[in-house]
Amino acid sequence: MPPGQQIERTRAGEFRLRLSRAERELLRELPAQLRILLEADAEDPTLRRLFPPGYEDDPDGETEYRRLMRDELLDGRLEALRVLEETVDSDVLGDEEIQAWLVALNALRLVLGTKLEVPEDLSERELDPADPQAYELAVYAYLSWLQEQAVAAVAADI
Amino acid sequence: MRTPSHSRHNRPHARTLLTTAVPAAVEVERPAEEEQLERDRPWIVIVWNDPINLMSYVTLVFQKLFGYSREKATRLMLQVHEEGKAVVSGGTREKAEHDVARLHAHGLWATMRQD
Repeated sequence: MPPGQQIERTRAGEFRLRLSRAERELLRELPAQLRILLEADAEDPTLRRLFPPGYEDDPDGETEYRRLMRDELLDGRLEALRVLEETVDSDVLGDEEIQAWLVALNALRLVLGTKLEVPEDLSERELDPADPQAYELAVYAYLSWLQEQAVAAVAADI
Repeated sequence: MRTPSHSRHNRPHARTLLTTAVPAAVEVERPAEEEQLERDRPWIVIVWNDPINLMSYVTLVFQKLFGYSREKATRLMLQVHEEGKAVVSGGTREKAEHDVARLHAHGLWATMRQD
């Protein structure tokens, strides 16, 4: 694996992970936090990007869509978070597992990014250590970078 | 942050409906096929630009969900990124709703409306 590359597709079609203990600890902790948020109050405004409206101009359709899909969307996220937690110490992921990682990493970024109101270009927001949100911004940047690596590894074969 | 436009109002305002004299005959004579045609008008699925989803991820999701080639998926992703939105699929109401739900499950900002 080239230096700096932490997720690599193997010839057997699996995904090799090279993550430090600190990264694994973080990836164990974050899904647990998001699960607590999701189970406590799925209407929390920071979660709105996980459940966007589907119908542009059909309130009845939207009500029906939410009734049908809300739980399914919630369960899908919880399941992806569970897979991330359970495989966080693995050195190799299967295809279904890395797909779950992608969904879980994306959900974490959507919630953290909403909370931080991140700009499209993260470099527009200076990482000032005195910023009370500096840690969360750094975590967001790390998750973005890790997701980028996971996408590249998966896309390498498509 | 770009947000989907909710300003589209295709229906006449309620007040207009109530104050405009409509000959009763029009209602009565409205052919059943016309309503059927209205229901059959295809739906389109739109993905909106947002500051969080990675460009590479959006491309991958288009490939995975719709079976698009890398070229087509990349072109649609760039259209979302540069123009703020792109029509990514469409069809019957059921098909559109299914696609919207799958896009939502992957964290993309998707909406649907009748074309």
